[in-house]
Amino acid sequence: MSRSPGRKQENHKISRELFVLTYGALVAQLCKDYEKDEDVNACLDRMGYSIGIRLIDDFLARSAVKKCRSYSETADMIAQVAFKMYLGVTPSVSCSSATGNEFSLILDKNPLVDFVEELPAERASLCYCNLLCGVIRGALEMVHLAAEVSFLQDRLKGDAVTEIGITFLRKPEDRKHRR
Amino acid sequence: MDARFTRGKSPVLERALGRPRSELSLAAFALLFSELVQYCQRRVASVAELQTRLARLGHHVGLRALDALVARERPGRRETKVLGVLLFVKGPLWRALFGREADKLEQANDDDRTFYVIEREPLVNTFVSVPRENSSLNCAAFAAGLLEAVLGAAGFPARVSAHWHKGTTLMIKFDEAVIARD
Repeated sequence: MSRSPGRKQENHKISRELFVLTYGALVAQLCKDYEKDEDVNACLDRMGYSIGIRLIDDFLARSAVKKCRSYSETADMIAQVAFKMYLGVTPSVSCSSATGNEFSLILDKNPLVDFVEELPAERASLCYCNLLCGVIRGALEMVHLAAEVSFLQDRLKGDAVTEIGITFLRKPEDRKHRR
Repeated sequence: MDARFTRGKSPVLERALGRPRSELSLAAFALLFSELVQYCQRRVASVAELQTRLARLGHHVGLRALDALVARERPGRRETKVLGVLLFVKGPLWRALFGREADKLEQANDDDRTFYVIEREPLVNTFVSVPRENSSLNCAAFAAGLLEAVLGAAGFPARVSAHWHKGTTLMIKFDEAVIARD
């Protein structure tokens, strides 16, 4: 199916409320379908993964960034360019290991929880924004960077900030490829 | 339910209801919507059931979107006439949620309970391509559920369904009581 040429989709933006509420509807539906929090979290992660493997194409096409030469550059790119492009926020990055492959993104403002007051008592271990972890993991995998991404702290669970931890799984090595 | 009020007050409740601060990328929403549709598709056995599920999700969104929108767009006044609420839907509501007004608002010739909101290309269907075997599927069922929730919560109970007609048409059928009251 192709669209007629010349019909450019000028309006590439949508209302933040629509996005946030749609995400909320998705999480609510998952909570109704699955009893255990772990299942909901796993499902969100899987969905995020499928989104991430496609989102990376859009990201690379729109941002025209150069290849990242180190893990810390990659983490900075995710925080300053990708998050800004898709969620309109810029988390701060901190490196939390001496080996240089563990980073955390600290989200001061998280648009996905705009309308979420708090988690219900029976869903205390739900990672509401677990989709984000899957998205980052999927996107990184498509650029051949294996990583584990998870929530280290979550404001909805009572912590002070929301923190996403990214652990790159291979040793940071010299990126020059010898052919 | 009681446990909620004993925990600390959430900062979300303290925030003022200002204008929406930013817009997000269409690509992100399109991918999220695609996951949503795929998730529903895996759990249903027919197109009609899929549309029902999408409508239910839209319902969830509509209920929550209405209050904030009315407070912002029509502070201090409540729509009490059918035409008023339909014009609100076509204009401010559609613009706030989908970025542009709906294309047309029409009334059925033979039935004063039925109205049509017509859009050539609904936002939710931007990247949706429907395979031939499911050609009756219209993902704008999500928008239909949204609209049904909005009208119901505004005091105008109705049934809304999505059809392939002049693009996408959302057919709104109000309850008898609503028309009689007008």
